[in-house]
Amino acid sequence: MLKMTPLNQTHRDMNAKMVDFGGWDMPLHYGSQLDEHHKVRQDAGMFDVSHMLPVDIKGDNVRSFLRRLVANNVDKLTLPGKALYSCMLTPQGGIIDDLIIYFLSETWFRIVVNAGTADKDVAWMLKQRDALAPHLEITPRRDLAMVAVQGPNARTKVWQVIPGSQSATEELKLFQSTVVDQYFIARTGYTGEDGFEIILPAADAPAFWKALHAVGVAPAGLGARDTLRLEAGMNLYGQDMDETKNPLESGLAWTVDLKSERDFIGKQALLDALVTQQLIGLVLIDRGVLRSHQQVVGQQNGVEYQGEITSGGFSPTMNQSIALARLPVQIAVGDEVDVLVRDKKLRAKVVKYPFVRNGKALV
Amino acid sequence: MSIPTNLKYSKSHEWVKPEADGTVTVGITHHAQELLGDMVFIELPEVGRTLKQKEECAVAESVKAAADVYSPISGEVIAVNSPLVDEPGKINEDAYSSWLFKLKPSNTAELDGLLDAATYTELVENEDH
Repeated sequence: MLKMTPLNQTHRDMNAKMVDFGGWDMPLHYGSQLDEHHKVRQDAGMFDVSHMLPVDIKGDNVRSFLRRLVANNVDKLTLPGKALYSCMLTPQGGIIDDLIIYFLSETWFRIVVNAGTADKDVAWMLKQRDALAPHLEITPRRDLAMVAVQGPNARTKVWQVIPGSQSATEELKLFQSTVVDQYFIARTGYTGEDGFEIILPAADAPAFWKALHAVGVAPAGLGARDTLRLEAGMNLYGQDMDETKNPLESGLAWTVDLKSERDFIGKQALLDALVTQQLIGLVLIDRGVLRSHQQVVGQQNGVEYQGEITSGGFSPTMNQSIALARLPVQIAVGDEVDVLVRDKKLRAKVVKYPFVRNGKALV
Repeated sequence: MSIPTNLKYSKSHEWVKPEADGTVTVGITHHAQELLGDMVFIELPEVGRTLKQKEECAVAESVKAAADVYSPISGEVIAVNSPLVDEPGKINEDAYSSWLFKLKPSNTAELDGLLDAATYTELVENEDH
């Protein structure tokens, strides 16, 4: 039996093509994935991301627990409502999950984790809690729904729907959040566009979704979500990284704090790690479509090397194929590589990602 | 969408139109494009290539996946729909007018082995359930 979000019937009523996404019955698209993609880049689209899980951690000195639990430094969170992107690591430095931490107060932090990893994440958090801070209360919030409204006009549309939200959120900077009535509103997203991710009680989700639709926000499925995040150069857990990869070889060194004295789980392993691979962008020069798991081959200084595409696809904004690939660290931006596609070698150029931000191609 | 009755079909979701001059025109079905979603890349066979029945001869890629296209019958490729390469989305708009290639059949008996519209409709309906 597939798991369903509170918006399942709403998607079906809107003629969504539903798919099994890691055990969740989710909308892939509502007609055209390409149209949905462009709508988000040019206007406003909405995604049901209720399969992701908010986890509340409450009690005295949550911060101290999180200093140990995650690789980024929660001491960067000084202003209530501020959010931080981080990895949670194994002692060996492998990525258990990537997540967003919201600082609400010294006695209440909220962590939003991926759907596919939610159970193992919570189990890991509870295990660490029992060892480090047994007084803390950790609560998975399956009673909540989550809707991402993304695009250049996304915020304006949300303001039309939630009374009083404009004055409360128009000063919010990126990665800040606030609460308006039953809505938890964060200026975050997974598309490279402006917008909000909104957490609300499950029972209110269908009416909220319909109200957004009524003011012109296009429903968008997991298909568009994937092409948008790939263009935005954002990692997908399980594809671009997992427990066998550390953040330093996954393009996530910027999320790891190795400078402070703070000792977090996995830190020593990262300090000891010999980093031989990197995550880097590819733009296909030849015609075709790059896909995950395709092999990348080449020669540098007479030495053969190999790599692999972790996420590949067609970029609707650039009208060509792009990819994230794990390649040896010696490969640099501007180099050209060959990708094995069926019986052919296709030429691709190594680029710095993100590929697209705020509607514009950057490469 | 109804399945045209003047065409023949393969189990791998190609449609075949026997032309008056003895050649056949080949494309992928509406059902195939629906499964794939928005098309973004098409690779066509070379004109002059000789194909065996069920040989991989073209590629149709959507935002979601890559699919091989198989030749429904044996024959020589005599024409390809080159403009389609720049506008793969045409297949989503109308799969039955967006042909991929034309063949001069080398064994017309193979045509009789293809499915008619009623049988293909059944095949698609069974897949959906």
